[in-house]
Amino acid sequence: MSEVLVLVEHVEGQIKKVTLELLTLARKLGTPSAVWAGPGYSAEAKARLAEYGAEKIYVADSADIADYVVAPKAELLAQLVSSASPAAVLVAATAEAKEIAGRLAIKIDSGVLTDAVGIGEGLVADQSIFGGGVNVQSRVTKGTPIFAVRPNATPVEAAAGAGAEEQVTVAVSDAAKTAKVVDRVKEEKGARPELTEAAIVVSGGRGVGSAENFSIIEKLADSLGAAVGASRAATDAGWYPHQFQVGQTGKTVSPQLYIAAGISGAIQHRAGMQTAKTIVAINKDPEAPIFELADYGVVGDLNQVVPQLTDEVVKRK
Amino acid sequence: MNIVVCVKQVPDTATERKLRSDDKTLDRDAADGVVNELDEYAVEEALRLKEAHGGEVTVLTMGPDKASDTIRKALAMGADKAVHLVDDALHGSDALGTSYALAQTLRKIGFDLVVLGSESTDARTGVLAAMLAERLNVPQLTFANKVEVNGSAIAIQRVTDYGYDKVEASLPAVVSVVEKINEPRYPSFKGIMAAKKKPVEKLGVADAEIDTSQVGLASSWSEVADFSAAPPRAAGTIVKDEGDGGVKAADFLASKKFV
Repeated sequence: MSEVLVLVEHVEGQIKKVTLELLTLARKLGTPSAVWAGPGYSAEAKARLAEYGAEKIYVADSADIADYVVAPKAELLAQLVSSASPAAVLVAATAEAKEIAGRLAIKIDSGVLTDAVGIGEGLVADQSIFGGGVNVQSRVTKGTPIFAVRPNATPVEAAAGAGAEEQVTVAVSDAAKTAKVVDRVKEEKGARPELTEAAIVVSGGRGVGSAENFSIIEKLADSLGAAVGASRAATDAGWYPHQFQVGQTGKTVSPQLYIAAGISGAIQHRAGMQTAKTIVAINKDPEAPIFELADYGVVGDLNQVVPQLTDEVVKRK
Repeated sequence: MNIVVCVKQVPDTATERKLRSDDKTLDRDAADGVVNELDEYAVEEALRLKEAHGGEVTVLTMGPDKASDTIRKALAMGADKAVHLVDDALHGSDALGTSYALAQTLRKIGFDLVVLGSESTDARTGVLAAMLAERLNVPQLTFANKVEVNGSAIAIQRVTDYGYDKVEASLPAVVSVVEKINEPRYPSFKGIMAAKKKPVEKLGVADAEIDTSQVGLASSWSEVADFSAAPPRAAGTIVKDEGDGGVKAADFLASKKFV
């Protein structure tokens, strides 16, 4: 079977869950080959990639791959597509990896499909568009298909692969070195999981009422090991940082469980969360459109309901 | 500084968005067309850069005749002139075809800086700015929440999952902006009146030296094989809080094995 290249997502050497999802998916499509780009590769990383089915691991861990925006990683993948002739290339549908996929598509003259939620027979990708309103099946018609797959779309299954390492030397071209990363600024985000990767997301909206009151959302999130999200009303009001905004102009999440507290469920917001598997809504307005999506809804004051729910969750652990 | 800001007309999210049953492309007649929201931030950023550094702001739109509404809005905000790339041959172009057509047009009209919104609210691929940088062989400065120009040097803050990266480059360059980089201005009455007199140049594929084998639905690198309306979610259980709403919600979570 042909190789399927999987670009590994990692932060400071830690492999993100979406990579394990992509490896699981790649096993259905061919022989998974993980591609490690940038510093941070370790024996531990190798073991993890092999555990989830990587037969081969291409390692390009020189610093200059990560020191410039996007372009070097696209060059690396283009080089590997040329040498390995894979059946497909999979990346995570994160902002940066989609850009890598886009530049790669031009380099290798191939089609790219973004935000796939599944890839089936004949490399047909499932996509959920227009805020989850329409399901689309698409395929690439030219070149080596490139897919950017949404986090949380594939249940992870371990299945050991050989994990044979192959060092790759990439001479990053001058053309790919024009946008230099001179500093990486880390903002405090605590121990919570990342929004798009989290299995559970608890979001607060206008009904939360203030920045201080977001602590009740955070407490519920922490009791469930969840990420915290916010509606646009809440981020516009400055109650919660913009990078946590869920919705059409923010992040798209598809967790196992999404809890919306004090969020009316405007289309803007629904576009970012309605592919969640289970949705729970807490809102004092019984007419709020969020209840149309909810598997379970509580009509009531979130200031009463949310802390009570948090206490119950803690009690039942 | 010669700034070109790319704007896209998209179907209003508040109306029902559909694909056409015949060629499976966006049904532009079914929904009201509006300026892609993130592009308004791009226009605002372009105007601010012009106000700080001088120069000119040109609006570039690719789209059908109807997209001229979008151009007028950007001109009313204060852009100086516009180029409307409009040709039936462009219908159905995917991101690769669109980036090619825009890159050809940008080469034709010239630029020091191209500014875009980081994604559109309809296709949401988020790849176009990166593709333009690739095609034009200029620095990619995308997902910016801050842009600073100093002579020919340009620096941005690129939003990341952990915070932001500081990125430096030289002009010419492609920048994409995220929401919250600024507060887009509303067109004033004076601006709306002035926009009616501002020049809008219409270009077809031949004018922009676009090879038609690289654009349009038939030349697309990908295709929609099939589509269907997502099935509605099954109706859930809605309860009224009578002092035990949190307990009941916890019961539900327990029944689904979340706790």
